[in-house]
Amino acid sequence: MRILKPILLVEDDVVDASTVKQALQDLRVRNPVVHKTDGEEAIEYLREETNQKPALILLDLNMPKISGIELLQMIRPDLQLQHIPVVVLTVSKYEQDKVDTFDLGVAGYVIKAVDYDAFLRAMDIVIQYWAWNGCVEKERVVENARL
Amino acid sequence: MRDSKPIMLVEDDTVDAMTVKRALKDLKVTNPLVRAGNGEEALTYLRDDNNVKPCVILLDLNMPKMNGIEFLKVAKADEKLRRIPAIVLTTSKDDQDRIQTFQFNVAGFIVKPVDYIKFVEAMKIINLYWTLSELPNSEQESTNANVQTDTACRR
Repeated sequence: MRILKPILLVEDDVVDASTVKQALQDLRVRNPVVHKTDGEEAIEYLREETNQKPALILLDLNMPKISGIELLQMIRPDLQLQHIPVVVLTVSKYEQDKVDTFDLGVAGYVIKAVDYDAFLRAMDIVIQYWAWNGCVEKERVVENARL
Repeated sequence: MRDSKPIMLVEDDTVDAMTVKRALKDLKVTNPLVRAGNGEEALTYLRDDNNVKPCVILLDLNMPKMNGIEFLKVAKADEKLRRIPAIVLTTSKDDQDRIQTFQFNVAGFIVKPVDYIKFVEAMKIINLYWTLSELPNSEQESTNANVQTDTACRR
């Protein structure tokens, strides 16, 4: 079995982070999840050469120290990091945030639903899309696996 | 897709373009489809202010005159165009193409399945994802104009 690249989750809110992790588990995502709680921790992780570069970054916007937009501004000129797709996961419906993040090359902007079932349906679409992109792998459900 | 703007398809192969059109019709996607036969034609359309900017661009890579990567170099350096999500739809399984296009901030790289049923599945997910994802207002100014690094010009 080949080693899967991680999904990097950058989220300061403990509850939101555990909700995302729960959804990825419920969706049977095989990629390991690396969680960083702000942009500063994330950029340190990304720039550490011994760490495997993630297949996908799920990025919150409003965070202390280095915000999501500031992190994108650091990732984009970096030749080692600029190829990693970034999907914004936020509660912000602010038009300027959409304009600024797409201007910095994000590959999606998803507004987090408060209701878990609605959030799970949204994450299912996100995961299926990135599975088609070859970034994410889901466990295959084999019927009668015990037979 | 999220809004009613057109979907732009940049594809030189007539049969492949027909397949995309048919799949969108089968999926009941109502956005109009605007087709350009290569990158040059796509830029001409996109830079004409009389045309409505598309919500997304579905981009083939191997095309005459201006191929997909050459198109991305220009489009992603253009302040008025770089926010439009570009999704590569190709038969290329070349990892180098993948990495190179993601360096130009494409919003997807999907290898076209040969089988039509599978191709419709891929188009279905593309449609669902770009209906779920918010899209930027193409007219609004960005506040990162001064800090945006023009990745396309760096190489």
